[in-house]
Amino acid sequence: MSSTNANALIPTLSPVETAAINAELAHVPDPASATIEALRIVQRHRGWVSDQSIAAIAHLLGTSAASVDSVATFYNLIFRKPVGRHVVMYCDSVSCYVMGCDALRAELVRKLGVEPGGTTADGRFTLLPIVCLGACDHAPAMMIDGELVLDVAPPMLDSIFGRYA
Amino acid sequence: MTDKPLTERIAAAGGAVDLAAYERAGGYAAARDALTKMSPKDVQEIVKSSNLRGRGGAGFPTGQKWSFVPLGAAAGPGHRYLVCNADEMEPGTFKDRFLMEHDPHMLVEGALIAAFAIGADRAFIFLRGEYLGCERALSRAIAEATARGYVGANACGSGLEIEVAVHMSGGRYICGEETALLNALESRRAQPRTKPPFPPVSGAWGRPSVVNNVETLCNVPAIVRNGAEWFKKLGLGTDAGTKLFGVSGRVKKPGLWELPMGTPIREILEVHAGGMQPGYRFKGLLPGGASTDFLVEQHLDLPMEYGTIQAAGSRMGTGTMTVIDHTVCIVDLSRNLQHFFAQESCGFCTPCREGLPWLERLLADLEAGNGAPGDLGVIEENAQLIGVPGNTFCLHATGAIEPLASAIKYFRDEFEAHIKQRGCPLRDVRAAAAAGR
Repeated sequence: MSSTNANALIPTLSPVETAAINAELAHVPDPASATIEALRIVQRHRGWVSDQSIAAIAHLLGTSAASVDSVATFYNLIFRKPVGRHVVMYCDSVSCYVMGCDALRAELVRKLGVEPGGTTADGRFTLLPIVCLGACDHAPAMMIDGELVLDVAPPMLDSIFGRYA
Repeated sequence: MTDKPLTERIAAAGGAVDLAAYERAGGYAAARDALTKMSPKDVQEIVKSSNLRGRGGAGFPTGQKWSFVPLGAAAGPGHRYLVCNADEMEPGTFKDRFLMEHDPHMLVEGALIAAFAIGADRAFIFLRGEYLGCERALSRAIAEATARGYVGANACGSGLEIEVAVHMSGGRYICGEETALLNALESRRAQPRTKPPFPPVSGAWGRPSVVNNVETLCNVPAIVRNGAEWFKKLGLGTDAGTKLFGVSGRVKKPGLWELPMGTPIREILEVHAGGMQPGYRFKGLLPGGASTDFLVEQHLDLPMEYGTIQAAGSRMGTGTMTVIDHTVCIVDLSRNLQHFFAQESCGFCTPCREGLPWLERLLADLEAGNGAPGDLGVIEENAQLIGVPGNTFCLHATGAIEPLASAIKYFRDEFEAHIKQRGCPLRDVRAAAAAGR
């Protein structure tokens, strides 16, 4: 087998992803120390991190796929399964609990028709619980695609979801 | 001189403070003085004598922590690291996000001075992965500070290289434990490390490192500028400086305020937070996050300071309190708290990995009416086994047990009623409150 063919078997990252990961290497003493940065960059571009992406990151950083996967699976913000176009995270920590996050979760489950961890059939929303978002003075709080949604009451969900196609 | 060093510029700007406003208010003058006119030991001494203590929860004296880092030839060749713990994940805590979003240069300057004080050439801000607004503010501030020559190859014209960079976390509460944080910074799984060696001797990538909280570092520029005596006098009692205190829960005006260290709990709750909402009665509070012991009515006149709150059997923690009202069932709340700690266990050691989910299930059984006589004793015995420092590898499980043990201590009748009545005695109160919202 020629080397060209062997390289063709290695999954690749896009030039934009590769450049962004290479830029992170300036801050760390060895490439494997940028594994989390690489995982976040790939997820930002693809929505989640596939087995192929794990292999590609390992190849780029000169480490093993098992090592990259052991890191990827530890951290809750790295998704190893596909997610919907929008990720809805509702806080279920203590201050939001006091302010009624259980009722909010029940309404989210009813409205989206999926349990936490699930993705709607049309691929629009993935529903996830999240720990305290640091917005306790505006509880209950949610985060959709990285943006905070504050003082959420169940009747507001229709108009909130309307902003996300 | 100001009595609100952390928030005065934010108040003056009516929002986010940009570089021009930060410089107009004397920004980066402290860093320039420290880096060009003082020695690292001088800076350590000022901070030590200011009595600044860590604002992340543990309250360790900051200057003393810095003094553990070997300086000069003793440090050996290679990098040294100042790491800012900006992984704000303690449930009920919302202070560091406010500081980073509104006055990012204050943190960059604080990190820069702290790095200089420990001989570090690299400062990392370990930022919570969800805090994208902070990432935008800090990245911009670092770029501006680099362009102005405050940080970088010749920081403040000192001839020293000090680089500041942001690391965005991948998640997990355990990253707040400082040695777990260092593993996460190195892109490893965030399991706590064996101590000793402590980070000042062997930290990030095996090099001397100090981990400081955001609010801690934000205090440093003003201490260097105004002096240790000024800082000490800001506090009302034994502790120095101001503190960002916050209140969430069913109070009239939930929020965050910079107040003197030693401000009484009652003043924070009743004056600043406006007291309880109509229809809700005070039941208790977590003084500084989910991992601090409950305080109740009898504690409301205590000043918020490290020693006093500790003597009352709790910890000041992050100083942002969660108020519990009379409609909250203490058993179900305890289940919620144990769910959090069980989920966030790193899974490395058995008592924490296996014990916390087990406690969560016992509490869920009690709430569902499936409790049996003797269950409370089982919970208490296991809480004791799991919670005693030294029985687990780090203090995660100890933090988990603090709110549970104190809940049983102050609300034992409510736990027992769940068993006797085979269910939640507050069911009707909770339903009525939910219907009235």
